Amino acid sequence: MDFPQYATTSHLLTWIIFTPLIGVGLILLSLAIKPIFGWSKVVTDTIARGTGLAATAVVFLLAIVLGVGYADQPGELAFVHHFVWIRQFHIEYFVGVDGLNVALILLTALIGLVAMVASLPWGGRIEEGDHPHFSKRRVPGYMALFLILETGILGTFCALDFFLFYVFWELMLLPMYFLIGVWGAPTRVEGPGWIRGGPYAAIKFFLYTLVGSVLMLLAMIMLYYASGPAVLADGTVSEHTFNILYLAQMGQAGHFASAAPILGMAFSKVIFVGLFIGFAIKVPMFPLHTWLPDAHVDAPTPISVILAGLLLKTGGYGILRFNFQILPDAAHWAAIAVAILGAISIVYAAFVCMAQTDLKKLIAYSSVSHMGFVLLGAASFTDLGMNGAMFVMIAHGIISPMLFLIAGVIYDRAHTRDINSFGGLAVKLPEYAGITGLAFMASLGLPGLAGFVGEIMVFLGAYGATQTIFKVIVGVSAFALVITASYYLWAIHRMFLGQFNQKWSGLWDMNWRERFALYPLAVLTVVLGFYPMPVLDLFRNTLGSMAASIAALNLPGL
Amino acid sequence: MTITVTHYLLISALLLGFGLYCVLTRRSAVAVLMGIELILNAANVNLVAFSRFTVGDIDGQLFALFGILLAAAEAAVALAIVLAVYRSISSVDVDDTSSMKG
Amino acid sequence: MASYPYLFLIPLLPLLSAAFYGVFGLKVHRRFGEKAVHWPAVLLPWGSFLVSAIGLVTLASLHGEHAALHQSVWSWIHIGALQVDLAFLMDPLSAVMAVVVSLVGSLIHVYSIGYMKGDRSYWRYFSYLNLFMFSMLVLVLADNFLFMFVGWEGVGLCSYLLIAFWYTDREKAAAGMKAFVVNRVGDYGFTVGLLVLFWGLLGVVGATSLNFHEVQQLVNAPGMADRLVQVGLPTAVCLLFFLGATGKSAQIPLYVWLPDAMAGPTPVSALIHAATMVTAGVYMVARVHFLFALSPTAMTVVAVVGALTALFAATIGLFQHDIKKVLAYSTVSQLGFMFMAVGVGAWWVGIFHLVTHAFFKACLFLGSGSVILGCHHEQDMRRLGGLGKLMPWTAASYLLSCFAIAGFPLFSGFFSKDEILWQTFDSATLLVPGTLLWGIGAVAALCTSFYMFRSYYLTFSGTYRGGAAQQQGTGEEAGHKMAAAKASGPDASPLGHPGQGHGHTLPRESPKNMTIVLAVLAFFAVVAGFVGLPHLWHLPNLFEHWLAPVFEAASQGLANAGYGAGVEWTLMAISVVIALAGFFLARWLYRDERNPIPRRLLEQGSPFIRGLHRVVYNKYYVDEAYQVAFVDRATGLASMLAWFDDHVVDGLVNLAGAIGRFFGRIQGAIDLYFVDGLVNLLARTFLVVGKQFRTIQTGRVQSYVYGVMAGSGLLIVILLLVV
Repeated sequence: MDFPQYATTSHLLTWIIFTPLIGVGLILLSLAIKPIFGWSKVVTDTIARGTGLAATAVVFLLAIVLGVGYADQPGELAFVHHFVWIRQFHIEYFVGVDGLNVALILLTALIGLVAMVASLPWGGRIEEGDHPHFSKRRVPGYMALFLILETGILGTFCALDFFLFYVFWELMLLPMYFLIGVWGAPTRVEGPGWIRGGPYAAIKFFLYTLVGSVLMLLAMIMLYYASGPAVLADGTVSEHTFNILYLAQMGQAGHFASAAPILGMAFSKVIFVGLFIGFAIKVPMFPLHTWLPDAHVDAPTPISVILAGLLLKTGGYGILRFNFQILPDAAHWAAIAVAILGAISIVYAAFVCMAQTDLKKLIAYSSVSHMGFVLLGAASFTDLGMNGAMFVMIAHGIISPMLFLIAGVIYDRAHTRDINSFGGLAVKLPEYAGITGLAFMASLGLPGLAGFVGEIMVFLGAYGATQTIFKVIVGVSAFALVITASYYLWAIHRMFLGQFNQKWSGLWDMNWRERFALYPLAVLTVVLGFYPMPVLDLFRNTLGSMAASIAALNLPGL
Repeated sequence: MTITVTHYLLISALLLGFGLYCVLTRRSAVAVLMGIELILNAANVNLVAFSRFTVGDIDGQLFALFGILLAAAEAAVALAIVLAVYRSISSVDVDDTSSMKG
Repeated sequence: MASYPYLFLIPLLPLLSAAFYGVFGLKVHRRFGEKAVHWPAVLLPWGSFLVSAIGLVTLASLHGEHAALHQSVWSWIHIGALQVDLAFLMDPLSAVMAVVVSLVGSLIHVYSIGYMKGDRSYWRYFSYLNLFMFSMLVLVLADNFLFMFVGWEGVGLCSYLLIAFWYTDREKAAAGMKAFVVNRVGDYGFTVGLLVLFWGLLGVVGATSLNFHEVQQLVNAPGMADRLVQVGLPTAVCLLFFLGATGKSAQIPLYVWLPDAMAGPTPVSALIHAATMVTAGVYMVARVHFLFALSPTAMTVVAVVGALTALFAATIGLFQHDIKKVLAYSTVSQLGFMFMAVGVGAWWVGIFHLVTHAFFKACLFLGSGSVILGCHHEQDMRRLGGLGKLMPWTAASYLLSCFAIAGFPLFSGFFSKDEILWQTFDSATLLVPGTLLWGIGAVAALCTSFYMFRSYYLTFSGTYRGGAAQQQGTGEEAGHKMAAAKASGPDASPLGHPGQGHGHTLPRESPKNMTIVLAVLAFFAVVAGFVGLPHLWHLPNLFEHWLAPVFEAASQGLANAGYGAGVEWTLMAISVVIALAGFFLARWLYRDERNPIPRRLLEQGSPFIRGLHRVVYNKYYVDEAYQVAFVDRATGLASMLAWFDDHVVDGLVNLAGAIGRFFGRIQGAIDLYFVDGLVNLLARTFLVVGKQFRTIQTGRVQSYVYGVMAGSGLLIVILLLVV
């Protein structure tokens, strides 16, 4: 096989990935020299917050440079940084930008900054209680973990070496665990044997995703040993390879489809299932979704934002990048199952949303519902469907952070998220009601807002898939349009409309920190609704050719 | 009668026997030391004898010289220890110096 | 298609104002008062009207079959086969729509200045109303299905916002929610219809588009129509689209939201729920008429649903007491007439009735609004009456509009409704006889005439029955009161409607800006029909001629029964008789309180009559049936699935965790007592053994030497034994 050489062209990506880690270093340094200068807690807290903000802002600016630079060459591989890392195992440091990840990198930089803004305490009259607001507890630790998390997510999206990808993938887990467990809600007993709260959610999240990681690790190693000879960054020949692009090249040439079977099952199908479960847990897909509501409910607001806006996307991205790109034959085999699971996620989670009384839980389930669109669109292997899936990820990556910020706004004030306990809030909090309305409308797919573009593309694409059953699947999942509208409107109805509940007369409208976090996203939602082409241009060539190449395999379906 | 190596070995064995007897029966540390000197010299006799009756080199003699030298040094150090022991417990009886037993 | 670079201004102008007041409205309202809010918010829609009118004139100067103005603003979604732009199209059809929408809309903006005066959320009202104008104009001017869908859902959103405008009243808020959700059911049909159309075209024709004109060209390509019909595409697509239309245009089975939508401010009811938004379904069917023309099945469904809705809603309208409810059901009924028209392939007539209806129904609603405002938010006709003398302008315009809707000769409604009935009668395309539909339509027309004049006489003649005795009406009053009650700070000062809080004062005529609007609309209600004179009169039918470029090609393929002029004259005469019959019956029964028959019928009539009245008055209990059949089912399913998720799906996860912990415990025990036990055992063994051995450590050098000797001896023995 003829392998193209991917030579280093730029170090920008490495800077983007590791800038947050530099911030971590600074925060740790400030803690180390704290006793020397006799600084108080206030000083180190301020340094930590400043560093966090600066690091995320720098990442954001660098990402904009990246995006502008990439816009000239959509679909190509660019900003490559490539060298041999561990020669014995043919592991390389290989990062680069192509159509699959560029939009997600930009999204990560944006949402990272927004979540950081939401982690700052200024401007808010946030009441202190027995359990102080998360933004005032152990600030340096929070900021350091936050930045490590951002590095992990950026690295996950940028890595083009499977091993490197795995390292970053695992790097995301640990900070998340602590951020939910330590800064999340305190443990509470909700009934006999029904213990919930931050620590429970953190452990659940960690173990659940670790199960997926383990499957992924096994699949990765099997894939490595099944891969054929390739070349390393310096041109030396390697027996096997972790290089994702080479693996994809081999996979599309049928290398893994014809590999030796495992325990009597086709190699590529086993690998596909292993990887898919790993990613589907992150997406999350029915029935592997139950970690999400718990994690969201008990995580602090900015962490929910990152969780919904970015972490879920790593699952969708992984499915596109690994399952579909490397194992097209198995993807073809599994397409209908994936689409059906996606459709179940869409409709099922929408129904579950209707029964929720906790605002954050409602939003969490709506995330499950919307991420179902990603699976449905991607599994259709049509140009429109796959682009739609990617756009749904971007749109959801903008809208769901808004929703969680909104939930955070009310929770900071009322210390409850019970939808039924509110009522008539629009009287007292008109601005908040307005922005909530916008976010809900965007999430229910109102045309003219970002959510719609992705959904209609997914529907159009999935309906046009070659298998006839897709038409039924789309017909069923489109019914979520009605259910989604019902639960959002009902939530608005219970929270904002009706007679004002005097119990909440002490509430106040949004403050500037919340505006800084929410308004950019709101504007983006509207802009992308009417003008999505700049974003679509980033990835449509890549996904279009991917859909075409899978369709061209002309394999038998399930 | 020709003197063969066996005679030397006999002499050496006798010396070893005396030395051992001395070491085992005497209670005075100085006497024990003397026994040890006998044992050492038994070894020296062996060395010299084997050296004499093997063809060629004089390694044995050389070793014997080293042995004598060592014995001298050993005696000096051992006597110094005995002296020190005597200073501390006013006795050179080896039975009395058993305070380090397990 | 001629390019026309100003089309985008038509929707943009209201959008600017909507966005501005949406964001800064509260501050502007507080700091600069209501004038600062309503001047720009009212003027910008007039700007839209101006541009639309200029567009109409420009269009008129163009010739040729495909005379249309077009403007593409930017590419919206260009992926693979999907190539849609944010593009505007003004062909004769959308030009008519745009002009009517912007004209009626702008008039109602003017009217609202008076009606909404003193409301705490004045700014919000105008922001929503402008947003509605934007959405509606996008709906009618979009050049493709997807962009049209933006307007389509946008008007739904605005409808929701405006119905729930006085949101502190939970019932009103719930009415808004109902409207949105029911519309969403329709949108489901619309969306799936889009999918079927898009891929069906690709499959059959080999090319596809969502652009109206391109789709039309693809369908009309030689030989394609037959192939499309063969696979049943037009029927499927049209039925799905029609489901969307029934949602938006309140037809059976999705009409239930419209009567509830009367919870909104009355100008909103006039604009959205009578004149413009609810006609979107009719417009959409007319827009894709070329597909409907291929499917007699779909056309039959449309016509039959239209006819049934017309009759059904008209019967409910007969007995309602709330003046706005009467008008609401009359709207549903009139929309049914429009669907009858587009169902039988008389698209231009459907649009014609849409236009005349927009004028007279807006006028009726605004008239009722004027009454409601004058009578301190009283909407129950049993407590109105005698207002003709007190509110002459309102009464006159209401009466003229009643003539129009009832179809009195030479009034606008006469021309349009009569044409609908005639075209229905004459149609031979449908799977059911046109005469049957005509019969249903005629009965509905009779009901219409009766309940409209009933509402007129109950409201405007006789003596005023409101006042101090029957205080505190229902309806909007609560909303206004609440709005006033919760007003605080700078809003609080000059608020309150004229006469608010003084229930005993006599009703007064509304302010001038409202009566002028009423007069203008009444004028149009009277004369608008002259643009579409019947063929029978041998005078030019401007309206049909204007829309001919759009509909001509498709209508040529439709069959007529071929009745002659004599039949048409007869039908016209019957129409007139029907209108007069309804008028005289209502006049006889309700002109004043002297006629006791209505009351006596209800109180002493047979159980059958009373039962019938109760069923009809309660809208045939459709709402209740829907509640049981759908809403309760859905919420039940939702809670069931939520329980399932919490206890089964998540239960499995927790079970896995518990099993893991259980095994962990066992392994912990094994580890503690077995694995670690082994280690400890080893250590203990060495300890014991060591303790035993330490006794041989005597410290006596000589005993050691004995040991050495014994060992040496042993070694020698072993050596000897081995060697």
